[in-house]
Amino acid sequence: MDLILSSVEILARWDVALALLVGSIGGVLIGAIPGVGPAVAIAILLPATFSMDPIVGLTVLLGIYGSSMYGGSIPAILINTPGTAVNALTTYDGYPMTTRGEARRAISLAYSSSFFGGIFSVICLILFAPVLARVAPMFGSREIFLAALLGIILVVTAHRGQTLIAAAMASFGIWLNTIGLEPVKYTKRYTFEQSWLSSGVDLIVVVLGLFALSQAFILLTSEDEKVRLTRLKGSFFQGFRELARHPRVASVAASFGVLMGMIPGVGEFTAQFMSYTYAQKTSKRPEDFGHGSSEGLISAETSNNAVPAAAMVPLLALGIPGEALTAMMLSVFYVHNVIPGPGLFQNRMDFVVALYLALLILNVLVLIFLLFATNQLIKVVRIPNRFLGMAVLTLSFVGVYSLRNSVTDCILAAAFGVLGFILKRLSLPIVPIILGMVLGGIMEVKLRAGMARVKEPFDFIDRPIAMILFLVILLVLGLHFARVWREFRARKDREWVASHSTKNFASEMHRRQTRLARARQRQLRRQRVRSVLRGPRWK
Amino acid sequence: MSEENTEFEGRRRAGQLIFAWAFVVLSLILLAFLPDQTVWKPRTKLFAQPRFWPGVGVAGMAFFGLMHLRVVVRQLGRKRPIRADWLEARRWLEVLEYAGWFLVYVWLVPRLGYLPVTLVFAVALSWRLGYRRARMLWITALFAVVVVVVFKSLLQVKIPGALVYEYLPGGLRSFFILYF
Repeated sequence: MDLILSSVEILARWDVALALLVGSIGGVLIGAIPGVGPAVAIAILLPATFSMDPIVGLTVLLGIYGSSMYGGSIPAILINTPGTAVNALTTYDGYPMTTRGEARRAISLAYSSSFFGGIFSVICLILFAPVLARVAPMFGSREIFLAALLGIILVVTAHRGQTLIAAAMASFGIWLNTIGLEPVKYTKRYTFEQSWLSSGVDLIVVVLGLFALSQAFILLTSEDEKVRLTRLKGSFFQGFRELARHPRVASVAASFGVLMGMIPGVGEFTAQFMSYTYAQKTSKRPEDFGHGSSEGLISAETSNNAVPAAAMVPLLALGIPGEALTAMMLSVFYVHNVIPGPGLFQNRMDFVVALYLALLILNVLVLIFLLFATNQLIKVVRIPNRFLGMAVLTLSFVGVYSLRNSVTDCILAAAFGVLGFILKRLSLPIVPIILGMVLGGIMEVKLRAGMARVKEPFDFIDRPIAMILFLVILLVLGLHFARVWREFRARKDREWVASHSTKNFASEMHRRQTRLARARQRQLRRQRVRSVLRGPRWK
Repeated sequence: MSEENTEFEGRRRAGQLIFAWAFVVLSLILLAFLPDQTVWKPRTKLFAQPRFWPGVGVAGMAFFGLMHLRVVVRQLGRKRPIRADWLEARRWLEVLEYAGWFLVYVWLVPRLGYLPVTLVFAVALSWRLGYRRARMLWITALFAVVVVVVFKSLLQVKIPGALVYEYLPGGLRSFFILYF
């Protein structure tokens, strides 16, 4: 109780209240605009939060992260365009509901599911915090190194069908992070005798380039679309009644969100996929999924909104971000000299709980805002793409230039913007670059510290958590290679069938005749064997 | 036609080969520079070597980049880029124009001031994008003013005062340097 009270004390400030309000409403607005998304907004706002108190800055960013998915469901349901990437699954069942005149029902169901997911995960994590506080100190340098390694492996293997390029991008991120003056032996790495490279490549410059500037370029080169919106009449409270009729789907989806959110590199997409599959398999009407099923919508929206709070667990407990948004938040901690990790859970537990409480309040604020302002809010969907591009480009300047007032940073950000534009056009992964940079830095420091007391390689994993993490890494790699092998065999089989399939009708008939004749021969042989085994019938 | 319509495992087909080749060439160049650009310290463990992590990075880039190139070549059934690839690469270069707009904006702000440059930049870019109606241009100008007021005047982000502000009379000078 004392802990909760001291956490409330941290939050009971006018600037934190304002940050909560700005973060929640700003996040919803940003989420509702297709093509912007929380990553762009957080990247732009990041340097502005450096001058704020850690709790204020983090509340704004958390607000944007936690509430953008609420807003993202609006265009997903109304115009079949997800506001944020994670709302893609919402379009499957949300838009068909709109086409049959149930837009209000779909939106209210999305709000209530998102609210349930958000609140469920925060309550789980507040209850779970004492356990984490006990487990977190068991993580030394070796364990954190292995957890970061596991995170990078999970990020790479999560990119199904693009694992190789994702691994290459993660390596690129690791290399980028090493540029500049190395802090232990004070040697230069990949500076090419250029003084502007000595201080290295700043993570925020890369983030702003890859997320904000690249998105500005995408929007500036795209076409404006005409959007027709349906006016929503009536109240949005009916969703809660409908949600209450599906407690099992909602709670399982929220649990998937919490679990997947806590694992670095996994996140919303896997949680959604698993909860949607579960809901479909256990539904009495699985055929409705993808055609306006309320259970489908509940599972998608509940699971994705349960992730943000859970994603803070590896960040706060171990200092390991699981995805790009938490990686950006990590820099806010570092700027204020608040080092996330086991020490934070031991010494600043009230700060951790305050962040969770902020998320809790945020969900309530967002819901109240949406219940009364949805009809006004949906107008933001009409903002033309190229105008948005101009806006993002203008705002990106604030993000990059205010960091160090460096023109070099701006040139680098522009270069990464062009790289991000190319990667987005080719649908190649960007997130592994950011995680490679962040986790690469963590791995370098922790491996050096962890190996200092290691005499034999096995000593590295002689502690229980290190051993568990090592086994999990082996398991993830084993499962990944097994899947790759299965896909390879399936592809070879397909190629074999394609190369042996005939294009001549007569020979196809001949092959078919031979196949049928052989099958008939086999059948006759089996019958003969059976009759011999049974023996003669004397009756 | 600037793009190939056919999909490459759900992705754009054109340009994949050029990107894969460019990535491999870059990583091999970086790998070749590894001994020159990093240091190997005697009597230091492998994992503590300054060369170790850059080595992991560039070796990973080269290895996975080559594997990716191999997959792309096999899936496309060709090693050399075709016309569609080069047309896609031209689309990539088109954004250099907007990167240029951004850098000119960056160059002008410390000289002419955040508020005037943002105002001109936003309106000029909107004009360039084809918004010619007065209403749209007014909205753009209002957006520019709001950005400056929110970030520079209220949030006090670190953007230096312009050189031209030095020519303003006393009180106005410090007011503009501080807020715009």
